[in-house]
Amino acid sequence: MRRAVVVTAFFAGLLLIWELAAETGWWSPVLFPSAVSVARYLWGAMNDGTLLEAIRVTLQRLLLGYVIGAAIGLPVGVLTSSSKIMDDTLGSLALGLQTLPSVCWVPFAVLWFGQTESAMLFVVVMGTVWSVIIATNHGARTIPPIYAKAARTMGSRRLHLWMMVMLPASLPFLVSGMKQGWAFAWRSLMAAEIFVTILTGFGLGQLLHYGRELNAMDQVIGAMMVIVLIGLLADRILFAPWERFLHRRWGMDGG
Amino acid sequence: MTNRAAFVGATTQHCSLATSKLDVQSVSKWFRTSRANVHALAEVSMQVAAGQIVCVVGPSGCGKSTLLDIIAGLTQPDAGQVFADGQEVAGPGRERLVVFQEPSLFPWLNVFGNVMFGLRLCPELRGDERRDIAHHYLSLVGLEKFEKAHVHELSGGMKQRVALARALAPDPQVLLMDEPFGALDAMTREHLYDDVQKIWADSRKTVVFVTHNMREATCLGDRILLMSSAPGTIARSFDIPLSRPRSIYNAELVAHAAAVADALRGTMGGGVPE
Ligand SMILES: Nc1ncnc2c1ncn2[C@@H]1O[C@H](COP(=O)(O)OP(=O)(O)O)[C@@H](O)[C@H]1O
Ligand SMILES: [Mg+2]
Repeated sequence: MRRAVVVTAFFAGLLLIWELAAETGWWSPVLFPSAVSVARYLWGAMNDGTLLEAIRVTLQRLLLGYVIGAAIGLPVGVLTSSSKIMDDTLGSLALGLQTLPSVCWVPFAVLWFGQTESAMLFVVVMGTVWSVIIATNHGARTIPPIYAKAARTMGSRRLHLWMMVMLPASLPFLVSGMKQGWAFAWRSLMAAEIFVTILTGFGLGQLLHYGRELNAMDQVIGAMMVIVLIGLLADRILFAPWERFLHRRWGMDGG
Repeated sequence: MTNRAAFVGATTQHCSLATSKLDVQSVSKWFRTSRANVHALAEVSMQVAAGQIVCVVGPSGCGKSTLLDIIAGLTQPDAGQVFADGQEVAGPGRERLVVFQEPSLFPWLNVFGNVMFGLRLCPELRGDERRDIAHHYLSLVGLEKFEKAHVHELSGGMKQRVALARALAPDPQVLLMDEPFGALDAMTREHLYDDVQKIWADSRKTVVFVTHNMREATCLGDRILLMSSAPGTIARSFDIPLSRPRSIYNAELVAHAAAVADALRGTMGGGVPE
């Protein structure tokens, strides 16, 4: 309860300072819009449907790219963890490409796919897949083999062993791998939406992009705030319950 | 080395094969890695009669865990066989359950769930029977109040008690214990010796108990097998004809432990520390 009060007070204070700073008129309102004008923009965009449509388009792309990236990354990560050769080849490829900022995939994607949804998807998948592979590879290596040994003596085999032992034993790395993948997917999608201008869908990144084109700082700041909010909400809804479970069961370190 | 192993094999033949619960016959094992080729076990033979506790003692790295894994069916020997009740051991099975050296409880299950894990794999039991058995063994190891606790909330001693209850619950014929108390403090350990003796008196399980603690072996074992390392062989066998329950402070027991310790020093070529 007290925590909620402190947090609310902090952000209310921040908004107040922002508003007061804008009121002084020391900076041009075009470059430094007041909190109220950003709120007015958000309210308007909400009511005329552009904001909700942008959120829908963005989340749709994000989920699709994320699911594809995770669906490729998880099994490949398990594969790289299972043998030395796989780790030396696929593993080091993933390690190398993961260091590439995902925005660097944009020119590649545009040349291959043009200004299309596929280009967008490609950037998101490339941004996600390598980090999921690396997190999964690392996590799968750290499952203590003793769990499978103990379970096998008690008669656990094949499907039972996989579902009742290997899967729950891998939860800590699955959750961290999926979370890392999510963070990377989100960042790559924003990069893709800002740099790939297409007419098939108008996402949050494009809202940001056109805010710049129109010199509409209230739109830029409003879109940024929505992007932060979605990132926070996704973390709360998708990952916090799992992390609480891990913390309860595994203890402090979660591994 | 091979001579000595053969010799020991011959002397332990007095356990007739028909009555021995476990019969390990000339088991050898190599571990080949990119860096080395370790000869972990060389023609190890041993017999354990039903209801007997045999302690295997030896320095670290002499192959005790490997031997236990082979008896459990978790590791295949490169040569030799293991028979349980006259049947060759081909893989792991719940007739031979293990209390492992390292923590092996499943962190995603609570204490009760861990004990239920093996029971759920017993198709002959009904659901309520499983729960009753789990409650029974948890109270046997004194943890009935901790059924809902998570694994990371338990002390080391409590974890090994749960592991013991988990291994006892499916009523295995043979209990294999791999330095189960090695990581515990002396006081907790002494407490557990009493518990193990009490449980054994009630259930008369066949037990192979691996340790490198001489007093522990003398306290629990009907027989002590002394292993020497590189490659692992059974160097000598000692009978411990003391009545139970035993206390590690008993003078006779201490004398026996000292004799085994002297012999161990001999097999290690003049007191090489572990
Ligand atoms: N999976 C393995 N791969 C390679 N070497 C192993 C493996 N397991 C055991 N060893 C080696 O075999 C020997 C015996 O090991 P172990 O049975 O664990 O000894 P102990 O339990 O008596 O300490 C040691 O030298 C150890 O390094
Ligand atoms: Mg060992």
